[in-house]
Amino acid sequence: MSERLKSDEDFSKIDLNPSKTGWMDTPTVIKDGMFCFAAKPQSVKTLDLPYSREWNPKHDDWKLPENWKEIIYEGMRDRLDRFRTFKIFMDICVRCGACADKCHFFIGTGDPKNMPVLRAELIRSVYKNDFTTFGKIFGKLGGARPLTLDVLKEWWYYFFQCSECRRCSVFCPYGIDTAEITIIGRELLNLLGLNIDWIATPVSNCYMTGNHMGIQPHAFVGMLEFFVDDIEECTGVRVNPTFNKKGADILFVTPSGDVFGDPGTYTCMGYMILFHYLKEKYGLEVTWSTYASEGGNFGLFTSNEVMKRLNSKMYAEAKRLGVKWILGGECGHMWRVINQYMGTMNGPADFLEEPVNPITGTKFENAKSTKMVHIVEFTADLIKHGKLDLDPSRNDNLKVTFHDSCNPARGMGFFEEPRYVIKNVCNNYYDMPRNCIKEQTFCCGSGSGLNASEDMELRLAGGLPRANAVKYVNEKHGVNMLACICAIDRAVLPPLMGYWVPEVDVTGIHELVTNALIIPGEKEKTVNLRGEDIPDKESDPDEYYVRPAFSGR
Amino acid sequence: MNLKDLLEKRKSAIIKCWFDLVVETYPLDTSQFLKKQKDPFANPVGATISQALKPLFDEILNRMDHEAIAAYIDPIIRIRAVQSILSPSQATSFIFFLKKAIRENLRKELKDIEISNDLLVFELKIDEVGLIAFDIFVKCREQVYTIKANDRLNRAFGAFKRAGLVTETMDDTQGL
Repeated sequence: MSERLKSDEDFSKIDLNPSKTGWMDTPTVIKDGMFCFAAKPQSVKTLDLPYSREWNPKHDDWKLPENWKEIIYEGMRDRLDRFRTFKIFMDICVRCGACADKCHFFIGTGDPKNMPVLRAELIRSVYKNDFTTFGKIFGKLGGARPLTLDVLKEWWYYFFQCSECRRCSVFCPYGIDTAEITIIGRELLNLLGLNIDWIATPVSNCYMTGNHMGIQPHAFVGMLEFFVDDIEECTGVRVNPTFNKKGADILFVTPSGDVFGDPGTYTCMGYMILFHYLKEKYGLEVTWSTYASEGGNFGLFTSNEVMKRLNSKMYAEAKRLGVKWILGGECGHMWRVINQYMGTMNGPADFLEEPVNPITGTKFENAKSTKMVHIVEFTADLIKHGKLDLDPSRNDNLKVTFHDSCNPARGMGFFEEPRYVIKNVCNNYYDMPRNCIKEQTFCCGSGSGLNASEDMELRLAGGLPRANAVKYVNEKHGVNMLACICAIDRAVLPPLMGYWVPEVDVTGIHELVTNALIIPGEKEKTVNLRGEDIPDKESDPDEYYVRPAFSGR
Repeated sequence: MNLKDLLEKRKSAIIKCWFDLVVETYPLDTSQFLKKQKDPFANPVGATISQALKPLFDEILNRMDHEAIAAYIDPIIRIRAVQSILSPSQATSFIFFLKKAIRENLRKELKDIEISNDLLVFELKIDEVGLIAFDIFVKCREQVYTIKANDRLNRAFGAFKRAGLVTETMDDTQGL
């Protein structure tokens, strides 16, 4: 990846001024740290996607098929016919600029091509040129430009600098959803085999073994059994998760990141303790699947067809096991797929029951079609009905804020339930400023498959607006814990905090819930799930709290 | 009036000019946004720059304490160190723009040879701050690389290691 050093003469020509050219005339330079590595050929091949090959974004030759332009034109034509949204979004933008400064990648990187309006123009300019009379007549004056190799490379660079978070769409007076433009842009790139590996390989793994990591069933069970020991050590209670149990009440599906990546693992232990508690107290049987062992769906970042293919396993497994309905874990984009697409994409799931909480009798009307309930909503319902014995003072060492993950927030309007749960299990909660939360929440900067390591500069810059708001509550209220309900968040926020606000650590909500949960038969707890000492009742969180050890700070 | 008094008197004009020069290192669409948007949460880059320049100017003018200066410029450099549209020289150059901001605001006064000489001495202090900025820039870049390396290491192996599912060879894999 390293580049040839410049000559001394070149170094003497340092230019401190930015380019003054318009966006169309400003060439795109593909820079290290701002892109993810190309997809491995084998992963593309496994999925039967076209043109699997070794290629390198930094090389001039991307080894494209000879007729690549025809493939793109045909792909656009097909999608303009099939997706009315795409056609409308191409036509109706009046360039009012309302979205321009709302993107975390624009705010953080300072690159104008990350303004949502310009990201859409990248593809709209080609649409105008080849699919509209206006563009054919007025050409560049009308915002049109021909499709060239440089344009294609620009598409690739910037459509993989959008996390499909949809913050911009909240501000668009016409409701243009730039995430959908990115989705189509990536679909078109996939027609030429131009995916990134951080998406293609997890998708391939998920297709072959049921989860992104490619973890086989025995390792999945092994990991959860290890958590059983950890939980026993901490609480004195031995939980007994069941796997692939036919006739269980509920099937539980969560992102595999919770099973294999810290600090998601502590959230995973939280789920296990909660299910144990519900079984002991109320006889509710929740089972895990080693087949549908992934809630996340990177198919969403590849194409509609791939998304559908991966998602089908959840319903297939629910049918096979004969459960009543599905409970979903703390995940981000999984909930966009479920809430917005699953009901019609793989559904209707007529063989499942309309979800009712058997302990409280609450009907989850919003999940009537999908038959899948969010665990935070489920837990909020249990708390509301007084079904959980909680001691929030066990979290008194924490001053908590909540990061609304983009997809549950903007993809399903999920704002109050997480806050309700946190406030019932923690005594110290502080929201970030209004224009950084709920429907206006800032992305972690690493969503939609951009959570690789090689694009860390992009992630850190894109995560700046989020980190900036966390820094504010840290400085104002002493907040030391950032709660979230997304596995990608739990993986990417620790390094983000490490760079911008090292005083703040990251947790999932169900880790906080089970810190506070009084489990029947538990021993006197001296440490929490992380093995950290539980504070004395009288201790001051400001004095008690020790900065988490994060290597790299 | 000596140079210090002059700089105190023209402080707000100089800092405004300095701010404009700093944000003009970004492309036009970006610099316009950085200047206009006053909400610190909607515009963290512009807010960070504008909040840091005044105390930084005061520190250079008065105590010139290295630690305090580092604390003021760290937030700006920390941002510019991860903005790939800026080269390292562009990322750190904003310190030197203070020279331009001062000279543009003291054109008439600099005809006085004594003030002009004093300014040359003052500019040596700005050069010193430039070197502090360089140190911080490198520190931030090193941190990015460390985070990048650890992210890759921790991603999968952390949990496996705790579960004892990897062999002892992985036990040597300490965080960087």
